[in-house]
Amino acid sequence: MQCFIGIDLGSTTTKAVLLDEDGRILGRGITNSRSNYATASAVAKQEARTDARMTLFRRSFDKAVVSGNPDAVMEGVELAIRREEFLGQLQDLKATCRSHMKSEADGLGEALDEIFVYIEDESETMFAPGAERKSDFFRDLAGAKFMQKGEEVAKQTGIAFDAILNLYDKSIIDVENRPPEGGVRSMFKDALDEALIGAPDLEVDAGKLEAAVSEALDVELEETYVVGTGYGRVTLPFPKEHIRSEILCHGLGAHVMYPETRTVLDIGGQDTKAIQVDAQGIVENFQMNDRCAAGCGRYLGYIADEMNMGLHELGPMAMKATKTIRINSTCTVFAGAELRDRLALGEKREDILAGLHRAIILRAMSIISRSGGITDQFTFTGGVANNAAAVRELEKLIEENYGKVTINIDPASIYTGALGAATFARREAIH
Amino acid sequence: MSAEMQDDVIKEPSMLKQKAMIADNYEQLTSAPETGRKVAATYVPGNLNELIMCFDMLNNLPEINAIQNGMRKKSGRMIQDAEKMGHSEDVCTYVKADIGNMAKGAIAPNGKPMPVPDLLLLSYTGCFTFMKWFELLRDEYGCKTAMLHVPYTGDGIITDNMRDYVVKQLKEEVIPAMEEVSGVKFDIDRLRENLKRSAEAEDDFVWVLQSAKSKPSPIDAYFGGVYYIGPIFTAFRGTQDAVDYYKILRGEIEARLANGQGPITPEGELKEERYRLVVEGPPNWTSFRDFWKMFHEEGAVVVASTYTKVGGVYDYDGFRHDPDRPLESLAEYCLGCYTNRNLPARVDMIESYMNDYQADGFLVNSIKSCNSFSAGQLMMMREIETRTGKPAAFIETDLVDPRYFSPANVKNRLESYFQMIEQKRKGGGPAKAA
Amino acid sequence: MRSADEIVEACEQLYDDLDFAQARAWKAAKPGRKVIGFMPVYVPREIIHAAGMLPLGVLGGGDSLEVIHGDAYYQSYICRIPRSTVELAISKRLDFVDGMLFPSICDVIRNLSGMWKMMLPDVYVRYFDVPQNYKDDIGGTYYIEELKELKAGLERLAGREITEDALNASIEVYNENRRAVKRVYDYRAGQPWKAPAWEVYLLMRAGMLLPVEEHTALIDEYLVACAEADRPMRDNCRIIMQGSFCEQPPLALIKSIELSGCYIVDDDYMLVNRWLLEDVPTDGDPIANLAEAFLKHSTETAAKYEPCGERKGKYLVDAVKDRGAEGVIFAAPSFCDPALLDRPMLANALSKASVPHISFKYAENSGQMQPIREQAGTFADTIKLWSEP
Repeated sequence: MQCFIGIDLGSTTTKAVLLDEDGRILGRGITNSRSNYATASAVAKQEARTDARMTLFRRSFDKAVVSGNPDAVMEGVELAIRREEFLGQLQDLKATCRSHMKSEADGLGEALDEIFVYIEDESETMFAPGAERKSDFFRDLAGAKFMQKGEEVAKQTGIAFDAILNLYDKSIIDVENRPPEGGVRSMFKDALDEALIGAPDLEVDAGKLEAAVSEALDVELEETYVVGTGYGRVTLPFPKEHIRSEILCHGLGAHVMYPETRTVLDIGGQDTKAIQVDAQGIVENFQMNDRCAAGCGRYLGYIADEMNMGLHELGPMAMKATKTIRINSTCTVFAGAELRDRLALGEKREDILAGLHRAIILRAMSIISRSGGITDQFTFTGGVANNAAAVRELEKLIEENYGKVTINIDPASIYTGALGAATFARREAIH
Repeated sequence: MSAEMQDDVIKEPSMLKQKAMIADNYEQLTSAPETGRKVAATYVPGNLNELIMCFDMLNNLPEINAIQNGMRKKSGRMIQDAEKMGHSEDVCTYVKADIGNMAKGAIAPNGKPMPVPDLLLLSYTGCFTFMKWFELLRDEYGCKTAMLHVPYTGDGIITDNMRDYVVKQLKEEVIPAMEEVSGVKFDIDRLRENLKRSAEAEDDFVWVLQSAKSKPSPIDAYFGGVYYIGPIFTAFRGTQDAVDYYKILRGEIEARLANGQGPITPEGELKEERYRLVVEGPPNWTSFRDFWKMFHEEGAVVVASTYTKVGGVYDYDGFRHDPDRPLESLAEYCLGCYTNRNLPARVDMIESYMNDYQADGFLVNSIKSCNSFSAGQLMMMREIETRTGKPAAFIETDLVDPRYFSPANVKNRLESYFQMIEQKRKGGGPAKAA
Repeated sequence: MRSADEIVEACEQLYDDLDFAQARAWKAAKPGRKVIGFMPVYVPREIIHAAGMLPLGVLGGGDSLEVIHGDAYYQSYICRIPRSTVELAISKRLDFVDGMLFPSICDVIRNLSGMWKMMLPDVYVRYFDVPQNYKDDIGGTYYIEELKELKAGLERLAGREITEDALNASIEVYNENRRAVKRVYDYRAGQPWKAPAWEVYLLMRAGMLLPVEEHTALIDEYLVACAEADRPMRDNCRIIMQGSFCEQPPLALIKSIELSGCYIVDDDYMLVNRWLLEDVPTDGDPIANLAEAFLKHSTETAAKYEPCGERKGKYLVDAVKDRGAEGVIFAAPSFCDPALLDRPMLANALSKASVPHISFKYAENSGQMQPIREQAGTFADTIKLWSEP
């Protein structure tokens, strides 16, 4: 089948979206951005292709189900595939770490073995149904376990932890930058069989199941057109005609998600943009704040560090505020100082955090204002859109200044740019 | 205005001539201590070159020096030196580049030191910072200073009061100061001669600017325009050299027009004109070529700009220096400089450019240093969009502080803007090319 | 009789009120009344007064005004006062103001005059220019015409002529106010513990909103109340604040300076009521008198050209002597061209006269007082440490 792919090389993560001929989203993929842009693109694209296969399978699998809930099986298959991919990269990491060892003599080899065996064992729990993972990226998952076990092993054996860490540091980038092989095909059947065993209450029609599997695996996902985007990338790994500005991709992506949207706000990690789009999703006006950290996600990251909290904990705590505290520093550098001042004065953390969230949203309001204000409907994208306290401040300010406006927030908004790029790809190919 | 570009581009006769004129002027400036010629320093807006010439004085323009240093990538250091000396990060980078430059001996492009000016002709036109700039130089170097207060045309018109005030200052403050410094008595007929030559050059200059009304435009009126405004804005207006330069330039542009050729860029002729833009605001000097490239590689041609009016407006209301009203027309010249006009007048001017030059869009290059240009640009942008229905873009850079030019930042906004226009054209929206 | 605290409390309420209830009430009290807003640094309020109108000092929105729409008008490297002033306009807080004057102080305020014309076409807007040439027949002639144009504009708005008698009467009223202001500033410099800087500040801010006659009375009421108040002397050093003549510091900043050990014995906040240094004659041609006063007897500030290089900064050095100050604190708003460009020259003059000085920047909505307290505190300590007994 004809597919249209959009790839968005962001500063922290690289996303890919795969659309079918009718413009429906088949698959989405995400990976952490890395120094080799081509690899990051390839990995994200591969993830999207895998996701597409899962979607195709899901559509047909549903028809094959006679009775019972297929969700557990679907989850089981996905988890099994993820685990296989993880183990594959883990082997690569192990081999690469060994290759950096100067000699077998100093016990490093054994230390590594112990660490990797531990991680392999852990992988079962990591990818068990219902398990919570802070991230799905290999670097994050493997890295965390490696550090944890590595410290333990170092203490037990007396080998310097630095020596162990050194091997990891030398290897991880290479491992990350090796393009992914093949796909999901080989793992799929085994994963499916295992998952079905684990769901005895599910009754399936064997013939239709067979058809579902071949639909998922045998259909060729032809990459008819690929469009890439990404801000600040001096060279994107795409030919020039296949690149669209990330502002346009973002605007179009928001339009695809919410066809009635006219104003889009994106607060990313490194920049904030306000975009006005027309009825076809084409950008009419935009303004950016990309010289200054205040008003970007980075501001919250800084605050989280200052308060020794996790980024995801800021919103929930701010929601508990009982008082409005006005934080006047629009500069990230000084926000920390003002924060400390307030704490010293006896203000509550919750209230201070609410004030800080308001400050970041006020900056966003400025940029929106410059771009032409808010026209119904309003779409809010980017990591900060998942922060309830930020959303609350935004809703208040919008109502005060623009009246009643429909506010759209999609938890998958991180894919907006890639979705727009994929839509451009489709429009290009069809005309 | 720069030797840099000439090395890599086809050597057009007008460019060679300008290069020679500039080199000669720097030669004269740096050898002034030996020749005994007196040096006046003044500003591009309100530059009374014809008057300075009457006293056999040389004209040193610190803004031009800052531009030269910016294009040669030397200004960054100078600015940091000035900041170390106690000048604020927030103030104009031309001033800091000049102060930093002078502190280290004010080396001209020819490698020789420039003398401290004998007279600071503080033409207080269109910019508050000018007042402080020369006060600062006077504070440091003890120069004789003559103030010429050119009132801001707050209501958009030149009143008799304003004109009379400027003329009186010329008669009773500026001319006596120049006589004292130079030892030369003022001869109004010399001024008339100079003004006559100015007017002649202005005719050809305006012709060149207006050639951009054609499609395709034979010139780029912003990046290319920077070279075309050189002689008329600086030490050459009123000279025969300037008259000759503009004749030659006009001939060159006439030929381009006849052949349907696009503008010359550092990378050759621009073959496909895809976007016609009107640009507001000064250019960035430290990344001038890279900045220009972001335009011409997309086929974007600037057909009209406001920066090419900063040192005098000759096209919009047909002003010419007038030998029959020498001091009055000098006053009117100063009062009419672009940044001395009120905001509504600036918006009207831009609107007429958008229409007369058949522009596809409007772009504002907002300069961190320059409040005179920058304060109000966001409103101007929205006003132009409303009046013309054409899309506007907004980028932020600086004059000569390289820390304030971020290529990724600028390129992203420009690319998005061009693609926006392109998409609109395809969809048949309001940004359709005429 | 009100206590000093009560008077100051009343002034603080005026200061906090961004809806300008007081001025609105004044306007509503009699039909046909008009209000003319003006921005820093100087306008001849006498002419407005003589037209029967209320001059209203507009000094931005301060630290309690959140700027939402105003930021759509200004880039980030421009000071805050124009954006909060635009915010006041857009939020209709200035909808009762019939005219707006923008003095020649800098390019930002200058350009704002044009923006205001476009934003509020029905309001009388004037860019008010002052001469940078101080000769009678050059700058003086220009300025007299400028004043006449302002007068004519206000006459059109008022629908009646402003007579010479009316103008002379207004000049006298403002002479009185200037004398009162001088009294309170002299009093403060003499006994700064009796009249804290932040109180005097609020008193002066009240003068931007109240009819001038009321303000004069208020000042004298305050002086009497201060004399009665029991306020202990502290071992503070004496300094002059310089550079805050347009965008105002938050009240907390002024308080912080004094809390850190410095008495502010002079400042350049709200120069409009101390611009003319002597009484303006009240007989003869009032316009010519106002012009003469400007040319010959007005204060020095960054927005004015200093024709004589040797005199640059002299006024500040003299002020230090006259007020018995021990140092100067340069406090300028971020991005303020006049204050920041002038500072090195003023600092130079002070250094030559061996007057210690420090400098920092603020914004009208600065929330971070800790660095201010540290700097001012350290400065106060060093002055005390190194000053001669």
